Amino acid sequence: MYHTLAVLVENSPGVLARVAGLFSRRGYNIDSLAVGRTDNPTISRMTIVVEGDERVLEQVSKQLHKLVDVIKIGDITAAPHVDRELVLIKVNANANTRGEVMQIAQVFRAAIVDYGHKNLTLECTGNQEKISAFEEALQPFGIKELVRTGKVAMLRGAKYTNITKTKEED
Amino acid sequence: MEITCAEALVRCLEIEGVELIFGYPGGAILPVYDALNNSKIKHILTRHEQGAAFGASGYARTTGKVGVCMATSGPGATNLVTGLANAYMDSIPLVAITGQVSTAQVGTDAFQEVDITGITMPITKHNYLVKDARMLPGIIKKAFHIARTGRPGPVLIDLPRDVADTKIPFKYPESVELMGYKPTVKGHSAQINQAARQMMEAQRPLIYIGGGVVNAEASEELLWLAETIDAPVVATLMGLGSFPGDHPLFLGMLGLHGNRAANLAVTECDLLVTLGARFDDRVTGRISGFAPQARVIHVDIDPAEISKNVISHLPIVGDTKMVLEALLVRLEKKQNLAWRETIARWKEEFAPKYRERDGYLKPQYIIEEIYRHTDGNCILTTDVGQHQMWAAQHFTFKKPRKFVTSGGLGVMGFGLPGAIGAQFGQPEETVVLVTGDGSFQMTLNELSTAAEQGLPLKIFVLNNRRLGMVRQLQEFYCEKRYIAVDFSFVPNFADLAKVYGFTGLTVTSQEELQDALKTAFQKPGPVLVDCAIDPEENVMPMVLAGKDINDAVDCE
Repeated sequence: MYHTLAVLVENSPGVLARVAGLFSRRGYNIDSLAVGRTDNPTISRMTIVVEGDERVLEQVSKQLHKLVDVIKIGDITAAPHVDRELVLIKVNANANTRGEVMQIAQVFRAAIVDYGHKNLTLECTGNQEKISAFEEALQPFGIKELVRTGKVAMLRGAKYTNITKTKEED
Repeated sequence: MEITCAEALVRCLEIEGVELIFGYPGGAILPVYDALNNSKIKHILTRHEQGAAFGASGYARTTGKVGVCMATSGPGATNLVTGLANAYMDSIPLVAITGQVSTAQVGTDAFQEVDITGITMPITKHNYLVKDARMLPGIIKKAFHIARTGRPGPVLIDLPRDVADTKIPFKYPESVELMGYKPTVKGHSAQINQAARQMMEAQRPLIYIGGGVVNAEASEELLWLAETIDAPVVATLMGLGSFPGDHPLFLGMLGLHGNRAANLAVTECDLLVTLGARFDDRVTGRISGFAPQARVIHVDIDPAEISKNVISHLPIVGDTKMVLEALLVRLEKKQNLAWRETIARWKEEFAPKYRERDGYLKPQYIIEEIYRHTDGNCILTTDVGQHQMWAAQHFTFKKPRKFVTSGGLGVMGFGLPGAIGAQFGQPEETVVLVTGDGSFQMTLNELSTAAEQGLPLKIFVLNNRRLGMVRQLQEFYCEKRYIAVDFSFVPNFADLAKVYGFTGLTVTSQEELQDALKTAFQKPGPVLVDCAIDPEENVMPMVLAGKDINDAVDCE
């Protein structure tokens, strides 16, 4: 099963290497990892999607806690949350196919961010299912390049993951 | 007034109470050594950086203080790596300081540059690259705090040469603020209540102790617990000595080369009280056969150890000493007569033994005689291999911090530098090193350090002219297809020791050994006794791979 972890870390050099290294050396599988700083410039937030059963997840979480730079971990999989991913896709589009591609973009509420003679670059945001469907829809035209950010996620409602309750799991 | 960052570093170490640094100088660490000129901190120049890391570890293991080692960039730093991994596996508090090339050169493959913070990430509790000189005092404060608190471990600080030369206003922080590091020391009281209840109800309780009891200085509380709930005690290699080895409730070491009574007790107990131990694979054997009838209580400072290998029914995260203190007020004295009778019977039946062989000196006999001649009043240091297991099985450890050995990493070559560190930690104690001819040859360069420092080490080389433990593994797992385990050349260790100013003796019989022991323990100064032992001797009992721990091969 896939779990989504919201991890707050100190924005220190090497923190990404510490986290990524921990996953690889302990044999845990990262599906995706997205990282960026928060409203507090000394703190970064990672959204890590990891595959494993409950026992693996418990170990992942505990081992992450042991990293001095890791401030807080929340497994938000089970709680109501919003998750989004952004994708940029450069797809073949000539005079004949351009209209159809643009139509697909419209259906998926994707934006056209670059326009070339032979291709279009599209930006689409959504949950992973939508992104995958979008990719599939464009496949027949020939995807030249594709980049996904990995999932970012946040709890819904009044609940939140921040540093005030340090080192506790939600 | 402004001082250089290197001077600030030395000042910080002084404030932290550092008495000794084990180290080896070089180019990038030059400013720090220069600053040491004006300090009362003693520097022990080892003959290899690995010896510095092991020395600091031996010091830390015998004192409970943070050991400090230092090396230059590049090869100096990489030579510390095994020592850091060793300290990490055995939860030993260490601070390692390495020089680094100047910040402008970092990342350019400069002369003697390695990414030591990258290399040591998985084998340190934390590490720092000092990029801003003004951050240094705070980093040192944090490093010592992290090394000694919670589950202790090594912390490395990498200091680029230009940063070391930068002038800063010196102020040592009073307190540490680490958002992501707040170890839980006080156990959960409801869990403790429940543990107390289970201990009172158990009919066949067993206490399984590890190095965490030593780190928590919880020996007194442990003794009290065992006597209160009338529970026998088994120890891991790292836990030996934290419960008196001559106590009727002590069953010895458990695990793959454990005492059979200890392993049987694990199999038969109905409550396993685990204190500061981590269910290592060398302890459990086949996991499903480990304590199959028992409810497991697990007290550990490190939450990540709970249910990592063996499912814990009642976890208590906290400092072992504090948890035991809280437990003891909730317990009443009880007796488990039937259980204790069984235990006593096993203990007698499975007392450590070995087979005599005519014309051969038995290694177990040597260990027992070292015990007899010192009455156990010494620090016993070992290397890794058969001799280490014989020492663990046949020596009676009565107090904590008296047995210095490499457990988790099992690193050959730890013995001599470890003994040097131990002697610096406890200058008044007799430090005995029991080593093997394989391990000893890995780091015997440090004889030079011992001689230079005038250390009266008592070294016993259990010499079978081979890598005995590997040979034993080949005997059992490779159908005696021996390869790369016999030395066709072994130096005369007694003569070699004499070159370093030791009294060097060679013994081949019990009589010669007795004379040598008298020389070793009655004469001041360093002695090396090269003991020609039975080359066929194996470590027994032995639980073969994949077997339950109560299913051991034994001598007979």
